[in-house]
Amino acid sequence: MEPLTWTGALSPLLPVLWTAAAALLILSVLRLVCGFVLAPGEATTHADGTLSVTRGPLELIDTAALWTLCATLAVLGGLLVGGAALGHGAGIVGGMSRQLVPVWLALALMLGLSYAFRRRLGLYGKLFDSTIGVSGFALVMFWVFAALFVSFDLIATHDPLAQSAAMKNEPPGTPYTRMIGEVAEGSYPYFLLGGDNLGRDVFSRMIAGALVVVQIAPLATAFAFMVGITLGLPAAYHGGRLDTVLTFLANLILAFPVILLFYLLVTPEIVATGIPSYMAAVMFVFPIAFFTILLNSRFHTRPRLRTPLLIGVVAVLGWLYLSLISERFGAIDILPPSLDLFDIPGGILVVFVSVVFVNSPTVFRIVRGLALDTRTRDYVAAAQTRGEGAWYIMLWEILPNARGPLIVDFCLRVGYTTILLGTLGFFGLGLPPESPDWGSTINDGRRLLAIYPHPALAPALALLSLVLGLNLLADGLREESLRD
Amino acid sequence: MTAFILRRVAVMIATALSLTFVVFFLTNLGPNLEKLAKTQGNVRMSDEQVDTWLANRGYDRPLFAKYGEWLGIVPGFVVEQPDGSLRGRCFGEADTLPPGAPRFCGVLQGEWGYSTVFRGEVGEIIAIRLGLTAKLMLWVMLLMVPAALLIGVLAGMREGSRTDRTLSSVSILSTATPEYVSGVIFIALFASSATGLKWFKGTATSAMENATFENFFLPVVTIALFGMGYIARMTRASMAEVMQQQYIRTARLKGVSFRNVVLKHALRNALIAPFTVIMLQFPWLLNGVVIVETLFNYKGFGWTLVQAASNNDIELLLGVSVVSVFVVLVTQLLSDVGYVYLNPRIKVA
Repeated sequence: MEPLTWTGALSPLLPVLWTAAAALLILSVLRLVCGFVLAPGEATTHADGTLSVTRGPLELIDTAALWTLCATLAVLGGLLVGGAALGHGAGIVGGMSRQLVPVWLALALMLGLSYAFRRRLGLYGKLFDSTIGVSGFALVMFWVFAALFVSFDLIATHDPLAQSAAMKNEPPGTPYTRMIGEVAEGSYPYFLLGGDNLGRDVFSRMIAGALVVVQIAPLATAFAFMVGITLGLPAAYHGGRLDTVLTFLANLILAFPVILLFYLLVTPEIVATGIPSYMAAVMFVFPIAFFTILLNSRFHTRPRLRTPLLIGVVAVLGWLYLSLISERFGAIDILPPSLDLFDIPGGILVVFVSVVFVNSPTVFRIVRGLALDTRTRDYVAAAQTRGEGAWYIMLWEILPNARGPLIVDFCLRVGYTTILLGTLGFFGLGLPPESPDWGSTINDGRRLLAIYPHPALAPALALLSLVLGLNLLADGLREESLRD
Repeated sequence: MTAFILRRVAVMIATALSLTFVVFFLTNLGPNLEKLAKTQGNVRMSDEQVDTWLANRGYDRPLFAKYGEWLGIVPGFVVEQPDGSLRGRCFGEADTLPPGAPRFCGVLQGEWGYSTVFRGEVGEIIAIRLGLTAKLMLWVMLLMVPAALLIGVLAGMREGSRTDRTLSSVSILSTATPEYVSGVIFIALFASSATGLKWFKGTATSAMENATFENFFLPVVTIALFGMGYIARMTRASMAEVMQQQYIRTARLKGVSFRNVVLKHALRNALIAPFTVIMLQFPWLLNGVVIVETLFNYKGFGWTLVQAASNNDIELLLGVSVVSVFVVLVTQLLSDVGYVYLNPRIKVA
């Protein structure tokens, strides 16, 4: 079999794409430079209240840049749609686009529905008014859907762990062969993005790596937020010695170089001492405490409702908590195996714990700052005069009013957590060495980077696009929430 | 002001003590000591042999005693070896107690200990490595700070304009590119045989003695790029805020040209906030240094940290953490003090 080219049957589109992209780049740079030299068009107000703007050279460049942007996007869209129709007849891009069809469908459905009902969806709907926000959201959801579908075995072309000695470091588009024995019937005929140094499929590993990141990063960030909120609100609200002690502790952790902390915490020797399990046992109490206080402060005047509600919530969360921290033959082995719902492998747990540990002091400081500001508002004074409890004021008066910046920071922080996970993988810490997560894959690929860049480049670009998406999303959210 | 600085210094010392103790505690845990014994001694040692190896080198004593010795407030240990000779923290191995040997030899006496990986004095190793990293950081700062300030000021002076949006997108892109991603992309593009553009070298090992544009530019750009976006965005926010002030409007209405308003009225006030941000970037730059030095094989401070940590080289690791914690805390202090000096509206008690 012939190796695939990048675009196959659609290659006539390529010159168009390069021309449009080059023109777009040149025009953007030109616009940037001219923006400082040339004056923009003059706006005049007419008697009937209408405005008119004279068109100068700047406006001309703007229009041209817009057209080239549209042309570039149209050709790119054509490549993806045509590729999805033609499969690997349209080369590597086509093959990938065909594999990603479920993602495209889900993405189109979700964005279309959200756009149609955007006026009824609150802040989320407003996101669709900002181009930057929507493009970030689309990038993020692309990886979320990719992770979702790869867990149903839909997108990956090969097993991310299966090796083939004949495929070692082969370039993208190489037909799949095996050194010994025949290729199994019905397996995908190509390695779309080539093979890595052990002969594993780079494309499948990149997609499977999304699952690791999408599972850990948002959850770890959510935990860090619960720790930060549960400690930051009282620190700001009560102040005094509690605030001093908590702030000192937070600064202590922040003064630690992150990588040193990872090297000290995420080693097999430390896992053997059980310290991560104890840290997990302490840190995972915070969500239970958070929800208990949250519900109790709201409903304590209605014991009929509160008591069953709290019993239910604490029972469910407590069971999850015990299953989470209890590991058979591990450091903490309290739950009998019949009741233990799941075991988290030590490597994943320690990665999770250390990422939460690193993130929570920053969240603590942000929450504390916001709460210090909100505490002085009139509605807080009103609630105090009404005789509301301290926790009620913190969680039901201050927190909802600080939600805008917190949501924005959540998006940014998920991106930062993704970078941290990549850093851990890059230093080969925590996750098992054959794990397909992006950091480990970059670490694997970097040794032969100068000769075979493709195994490291694919996960690097994947990580870049996800973090970029999260940052753009945060930027769009910030813009829209400021507009309120 | 003096009281403020004194209080901050006291907090700094408390922080440094707590952090070094945490590092000390974690590196002196049983499994870590066992790993140290097996890497330094013999991989096939039995449990008893590991215990004697550790006991002969003074590792089996209480944690606080060892920490005190390292600090230099507890006399250094002297252990009699099985063959009758003596081994002590302050004099190494000897048949009898040397007459001139000091009793205390810790950080307070200027003794940073002995590195088990590099087989040398920790103080010397750190000094050499820190010098190499200082060279890297100098170039990073020279590239990053002016570029970031320029982007931020240009974007912030006309908030919401096309220029602003273009430059803000560039800075978002740069904050979304961690060093290990941009480094990999740069090497793949500019230093590999795959594209054929061999403009730069993919390793910076030769830059340790002789830094040239060819072997030093990529690591410098890689670190600078990640830090740049954040500083640029903060500068932009600060500049945009200043441009909305009343006195800027007054200056505009007075007929001062836009260029002079930006350069003479706005710029100075807009650069106060970025100063703090640049100072507070140091801990993150340290991360970048570790990644880039590993990626480009530049044997500086970050590379030493990785070597010390992966081999559980206790005293070297402690030295490295003292230095890095010191850098973080001093830059925090400098940023606070500098902020007060730059901004006369702020008063500290």
